[in-house]
Formats: sequence, C-alpha cells, structure tokens
Amino acid sequence: MGDPLHTVSTLPTARRPGCPFDPPEELLEARRHGPLSSYTFPGGHVGWLVTGYDLIKSVLSDPRFSSRREFMRHPTVDYGGLQLPPVPPGEFLLMDDPEHSRYRKPLMGKFTVRRMRLLTERVEQITAEHLDAMEESGPPADLVSAFAKPVPAMVICELLGVPAADRPSFQAQFESFMDAEAQDEDAATAYTATRDRLGELVAAKRAQPTDDVLSELTDSDLTDEELQGMALVLLAAGLDTTANMLALGTFALLRHPEQLAALRADPGLTDRAVEELLRYLSVGKTFMRTALEDVRLGGRTVRAGSSLILSYNTANRDPERFTDPHVLDFRRQDGGHVAFGHGIHQCLGQQLARVEMRVGFPALVGRFPSLRLAVPAEEIVMRTELSDIHGVKSLPVTWDA
Amino acid sequence: MGRVNQEGRAIRTGVDTGRCIGSGMCALTAGEVFDQREDDGKAVVLRPEPPADSWDAVRDAAGLCPTGAITVWTEARPDT
Ligand code: HEM
Ligand code: SF4
Repeated sequence: MGDPLHTVSTLPTARRPGCPFDPPEELLEARRHGPLSSYTFPGGHVGWLVTGYDLIKSVLSDPRFSSRREFMRHPTVDYGGLQLPPVPPGEFLLMDDPEHSRYRKPLMGKFTVRRMRLLTERVEQITAEHLDAMEESGPPADLVSAFAKPVPAMVICELLGVPAADRPSFQAQFESFMDAEAQDEDAATAYTATRDRLGELVAAKRAQPTDDVLSELTDSDLTDEELQGMALVLLAAGLDTTANMLALGTFALLRHPEQLAALRADPGLTDRAVEELLRYLSVGKTFMRTALEDVRLGGRTVRAGSSLILSYNTANRDPERFTDPHVLDFRRQDGGHVAFGHGIHQCLGQQLARVEMRVGFPALVGRFPSLRLAVPAEEIVMRTELSDIHGVKSLPVTWDA
Repeated sequence: MGRVNQEGRAIRTGVDTGRCIGSGMCALTAGEVFDQREDDGKAVVLRPEPPADSWDAVRDAAGLCPTGAITVWTEARPDT
C-alpha cells in the first residue's frame, strides 16, 4: 500500500442536509481514500480512523486491541491528558478478557435465541399495549415517546424482574437515563440515580428471588456490586440502541414507501427487513479500541497506545462488501453487517433486539395502514452527530383515525 | 454419509466452545444444525453431519460467527 495516508483532522458534527440515514460525507470520503485514515485527536495524539468493513472486523477479532475504558481517548474533547478510571465491577462492555468474560459468561445463557423467542409473546403484548395507547390518544403522536422508548424500557423491566408496581417509576428512570446526552451534568445525575435504583433491585432479588434474569444471577459468586454493574450495562447498551432502531427505522420505512409496501405485502420479509435496517441505519455508529502493542494493520503500523475510532457505520456501507451499499433493499442477498459489532464484544442482546424489531415494525405498520409523518421530513430533528447513538429526537406521525 | 456436495463429499461441522461467545448467530442461521446450551449459551452441534439442504446455512453460520468458532470441513477432520 504505497498510497499516501489520508488524514482526517476533525470529526463531522452533522450529516448532509436531506440525508439523515447516510453516514456523514467526511467519513464516506475517508472510506473512498482507503479503509484506514490517520486521525488527530484533540489533545494532539495521532491515532486512526477505520472505515472499511474488513479492517474493522480484523480489529474486532484481535485481542491486541483493547476495549478498556482507562485507555480510551475521547474522539472530540481534549481532557488534557486526564485518564479515565477503569469501569466499576460488572460493566464489562469496556473491559477485556478475562475480566470481560467473567461477566458476559453468566449472561450468555440468558440471551440465547431460544430464550429470546420464548419472550416473543410478552414482547407482542407490550408492543400491543403501547400501540393501543397511541391509537387512543392520537392522531397525531410522537412515535419516540409513545412507542420507541417505552417498549424496550418495559422489556428490560421484564428481564430484570422489576415488580409491576415499580414499573412506571423505573421506566421513567430508564427513559431519563436514555435522554441524557453524554458528558453533561444531567447525564452524571441520571447515571448515579439509575445505578442506585439497580442496586436496590439487586438487593431485593437477593433477599427474595423471583423468575427473572437478575434473580437467577444472584445464585452465583457474583457480588451485588457486580450485578449492579451488569444490569447497568444491559440498560446502557440495550435501551437507547433499540429505541433508536425502532424510531429511526420507522422514519426510514416512511421515507422508502416501496420497501414499506413490500414489507406490508409479504410478512415473510420481516426478518430480512430488520437485518437490512440494522445495516442501513447502523445506529451504533462508532466504537473505540486502543492498541496494546504494535500491530500491522492494513499495511501500516499501529503503535502501542494508539487510539482507533471504528466507524461501524461506514463499514456497513462499504462498497467492497455490499452491492449498492447506500440503497435500502429488503431483498438484499449479502448479509453479515457489523451493526451488532464483531468478536468477543458482539452484542449480547442482539437476539432480544431482533425479537423487539421483528415484532415491533409489523405491528406498527399493521395497526396504522395510513401511517405517515406529521411534518415535512426536513423538519424531523436528528440527534447531533456527536452523540453515541444515531437517531431522531422525536418523530411526529399521524394516520387516518 | 448418503449425501454429497458439489465435490462429491458430505460436509461436517464443529464448534470450538472455547472461542464461542454465545452470540446465537449459528442457532439463528442454521437452527436445525446448531443450538445453544441452556446454562451458558454456548453453541452445540446438533447434527455434526448436516443434511444437504442445510449446507448453505451452515456455511453462512460459519461466516457469521463473530469469533470464528465454527469449522466446516469435508471428509476427515483437518486436524486428524
Ligand atoms: C438494535 C439494538 C442494538 C444495537 C444496534 C446494539 C449494538 C451493539 C454493539 C455494536 C455492541 C458492541 C460494542 C463494541 O463493539 O464495543 C453491543 C454490545 C452489547 N450490547 Fe447491544 N445493541 C442493541 C441492543 C441490545 C439489547 C436489547 C441489549 C440487552 C438487553 C444489548 C446488550 C449489549 C451488551 C451487554 C453489550 C456488551 C457485550 C460485550 O461487551 O461483551 N444490546 N451492542
Ligand atoms: S455463532 Fe459462534 S459465537 Fe455465536 S453462538 Fe454460534 S459458535 Fe458461538
């Protein structure tokens, strides 16, 4: 690879107007130059931006690239060399093996394809309840607050065994946890409050186990603090992602009427539609890794200590991997997106997310055959490009009552 | 091994449970060949000699496995 290295000096803060589903132009541009670019972090550290599908997969399957929080550099904010502390016990998303697998392993049996399918009926009920409420109080409605946020929050309550009486307050807590945009004070407050409530829940399950994932886990050598951290990771990784897939996915369906019509005409297309929406939208846009030693990558040497920004978003639009990558096509043949990641951190909750979406989209479009945006598409407010998860802030929709 | 593939040989498949991280991609993609254990979510091979109509799905599953834990081979095991 003798080509000069493409250099990116600032990360984009917005997408092209009118293209809310496509990765920012700067990142697509970087991918056009090659799968690996140099990126200068705000504090001056020269790291990497990986935009290509194959290269991202090789980073994600290589244990020499670490997920540990204490090695991470913020991609856009200069904290003056301040190092983040390691994550608290149980928060395994930002740990490496063997610590990571101490926590992931006991959860793996709880999120199998089979167990998640057993939850389908319950997810259908929860979905129907929210569609009932939306139908009663509308039109119009904000799809985010009426549907996309509360459904995953309710499903998590179910999984964690939150007692029925406490669900409304837990749900409100979880939603404020989702709302908080990273870095600000509200986020810290919401994080602490959520952690505290999960701590109380763990203590309650320890004292009186019921039939749920959290109670089952109290029957192990995991401490209360560890369980609290694990529950927090489930929320942090599982709520905002699923909520934004449901809302942004609906937006995408409404903007692609021919795909929506195909889905309506053939429910057998649902599973592929969900995979294609995952690929096309890539709501989990970027994740970070740090090189623990010098690694040859894409013909270059990534030095120990270098930070890498992995753009799952552009990987899922890589023209070398996907035919017509920017086209939303439910009949697409090439699978294998990285919307749930790859390697040892690949999404633990993916089979649950699939159930929620495979139930949610058909139920929504089936319930409201005339569903449409209540405002012009250009007026839909998107989240800032700097937020971790891509999505809409709200989605005003209407239908013929 | 009554059934054969294009090269005239049946396929076999196996999972390295040490590498498996319980993603469920195999059980999702080729459910008649792979399942997951109840206790730890790791993959189990239900049919080490998969029926011919599942060969494509088995190969897909091997390609989708996030940790490369699934091997597909023809005839004898590569390590024997
Ligand atoms: C459509 C919705 C979802 C998307 C797009 C998504 C995406 C992801 C991605 C990309 C990762 C890997 C992060 C990395 O590479 O560092 C991940 C990890 C994870 N996800 Fe999801 N996720 C979704 C839903 C869920 C749900 C519903 C749950 C659980 C209830 C969940 C729990 C987790 C956990 C625990 C991890 C950490 C796994 C580990 O570190 O081993 N996710 N998710
Ligand atoms: S796809 Fe791979 S990691 Fe996932 S359950 Fe099957 S063998 Fe395990």
